[in-house]
Amino acid sequence: MRTFRMGGVHPADKKISQNAQIEKLPVPKMVYISMIQHLGAPAVPCVAPGDKVKVGQVIGTPTGFVSAPVHSSVSGTVKSVGMINDLSKRPVNTVVIEVEGDEWLETIDRTDTINRDIVLDQKQIIERIKECGVVGLGGATFPTNVKLSPPPTAKPTCVIINGAECEPYLTSDYRVMMEMPEQVLIGGTIFMKALGVAKCYIGIEENKPEAIKKLSSLAVNYPGIEVVTLKKKYPQGGEKQLIDAVIGKKVPSQGLPVDTGAVVQNVGTAFAVYEAVQKNKPLFEGIMTVTGDCSKQQRNFVHRVGTPLSFIMDYCGGVPEDAAKIISGGPMMGKAVANTDAPTLKGTSSILFLTEAQTKRQPEGNCIRCGKCVEACPMGLEPYLLNKLGRATMTEELEAHHVYDCIECGCCQFTCPAYIPLLDTIRQSKATVMKIMRSRNSK
Amino acid sequence: MNTLIVSPSPHVHGKESTRKLMGDVVIALLPAVLVSIYFFGLGAIHLVCVSVLSCILFEYLIQKFLLRGKSTVGDMSAIVTGVLLALNLPVCSPWWLIVIGAFVAIGIAKMTFGGLGQNLFNPALVARVVLLVSFPVLMTGTAFHAPETGYIFGTESFVRGSLDATSGATPLSFVKEQLAQGVSVQQVMELPGLSYTQLLFASMGGSAGEISAVALLLGFIYLLFRRVIKPWISLSVLITVFVFAGILWLADSTKFTDPVFNVLGGGVILGAFFMATDYVTSPMTTKGQIIFGVGIGVITVLIRAFGAYPEGVSFAILIMNATVPLLNRIQPKRFAVEAQKK
Repeated sequence: MRTFRMGGVHPADKKISQNAQIEKLPVPKMVYISMIQHLGAPAVPCVAPGDKVKVGQVIGTPTGFVSAPVHSSVSGTVKSVGMINDLSKRPVNTVVIEVEGDEWLETIDRTDTINRDIVLDQKQIIERIKECGVVGLGGATFPTNVKLSPPPTAKPTCVIINGAECEPYLTSDYRVMMEMPEQVLIGGTIFMKALGVAKCYIGIEENKPEAIKKLSSLAVNYPGIEVVTLKKKYPQGGEKQLIDAVIGKKVPSQGLPVDTGAVVQNVGTAFAVYEAVQKNKPLFEGIMTVTGDCSKQQRNFVHRVGTPLSFIMDYCGGVPEDAAKIISGGPMMGKAVANTDAPTLKGTSSILFLTEAQTKRQPEGNCIRCGKCVEACPMGLEPYLLNKLGRATMTEELEAHHVYDCIECGCCQFTCPAYIPLLDTIRQSKATVMKIMRSRNSK
Repeated sequence: MNTLIVSPSPHVHGKESTRKLMGDVVIALLPAVLVSIYFFGLGAIHLVCVSVLSCILFEYLIQKFLLRGKSTVGDMSAIVTGVLLALNLPVCSPWWLIVIGAFVAIGIAKMTFGGLGQNLFNPALVARVVLLVSFPVLMTGTAFHAPETGYIFGTESFVRGSLDATSGATPLSFVKEQLAQGVSVQQVMELPGLSYTQLLFASMGGSAGEISAVALLLGFIYLLFRRVIKPWISLSVLITVFVFAGILWLADSTKFTDPVFNVLGGGVILGAFFMATDYVTSPMTTKGQIIFGVGIGVITVLIRAFGAYPEGVSFAILIMNATVPLLNRIQPKRFAVEAQKK
């Protein structure tokens, strides 16, 4: 069975919500649609208070090449356009819409029929994906059309669809594979057409045998698509690790994944691309999991982008009494929620409740130089050393020890027996060093 | 409304802790301790207890009154040092010798550098070597006599019957002594007490921890199984000792002992499994660990074959401890290759 070649850890996978079917989450009375839902330049609102909008209508236009439009997820009246706190309590330009009815743009195909024939050509596909504001749903929310338009020097050879879902607890990708398998395969075919390649792998970890079975049996009807079973190991879903696991090639330091010939797309993105290209439906809905050992309910939802997290939590019975931390995303790389009224984004994959016992940091002890962090690092770095250098702000040494290679997966900190917050330091050091490197390169 | 914790990822921990790792090492040392108690009885219990308790006490006192920090006794590293020190001392060591050893290990070798994780040299070995050069007679018992039986290392019943008799010559020092007197290796090896079986299960001479290679091996396998340590250091020490001693033996088998005897006799097993693998004083990367192990093996055999001391494992490990900061400059293999300059 394939996996990536170095490092990694084995957190308990805790897929307790995996058998909950995807349900439609009710539409709240008010949605808060952020203009920063993608990596790159924020979108600029193109509506004003008082404007009537329909579901699927553009309300934010992209600025620059790496950017994405934002669409309304509801129909109603724009109440305000301005700064609203996101989940980290940082103010973000947000369009607030009061919901009235549920009137969709007529151009969107709302039927359940699966459209298998791809009528758009390569250029039209990329243009459609761009118009529909599709971004990578594996965590980074990088605009998908940009990823499908590699630089002319790059020679893509295959698409890898990321169905690893290596983060514990998360089950939204799994549910997509189980409930929309054909759509994922058609999405994969669209990726191949957009890139002009003939091969598409779907990498799925061994702990999802049902999904592997289902997609493998359907994939025979989709030429070029192959399901690859991967060993269960975190961070398999990391782009560099997945490429290594599936085709055994390494992404060069500071290079692009496409330098290996592979373009990685998430399962959720494949579904979003299917909806955009075959159904003309912009990305204004997302699939997310509500879970946690202490969570009152284990559910998977389709949510309208902009739904307040507090609305979803109330719908699921409220915040559990013993929840000490709410995470948007997985426990390894997700973001802690500081503002429960923050809205969902295109890339919101979960609300995860953790108890104090599960998440409270233990007091930091002395480094015993056990080397477990070195062993766990999937990038082959020396986290203990980067931590030490980082605390002393020794930027030259940090660069010499390749701090910029860090993918912030958290394996080092997860494994450290002395409970040293390695990634806290390394993350900051990486930002500092990369800033220095950029300013040096621009000279 | 709950008070929410907000901190950066990762939000969960693998639940590995220093305390658990140290606890595993203590468990891994138990077979050796038990074998020691089986053969030496009260003497071994006395040795282990005094050693562990005084190590804990010194760490507690120094941390509390000199460093004025929170007590670090809870991490169990002082217990590990205590047990390792006990296994490195002769069973009949007087209590004051053990306490001095504990003071050197914890007070000088560990806490002076700032406590756990900061020391350059293995604390238990520093203590052993300090005691060895300060109290050579007590530590090696080269002047051992067993007139009643005529056995050099004693039989099982003999040793179990008399605590005094345990300050026996180690097989290595005995052999070295005999060789110095012009006896050939073949003649020495025919003397009782040096058979491989005895060395494997219970050679009577030497320190508490050196008596049973099998007990140590059990502990080592436990540590590997629990993923506390990796085998690279231990394997490279053993292989190097075997190969290097083998070369010497092939060159002149009247002067040099055979490779199996070199691996089984003395402290190589204890050193390779438990002393050289100490996290704090060994390198981080596999490459560094292999160089470290090979270095220990080479120096051990050099000291044994050509040095003044019959045994060289402790010195070899301490010398290689000093190279660890250098060996840690070896970077692990990176995942990413450097992009080609455009």
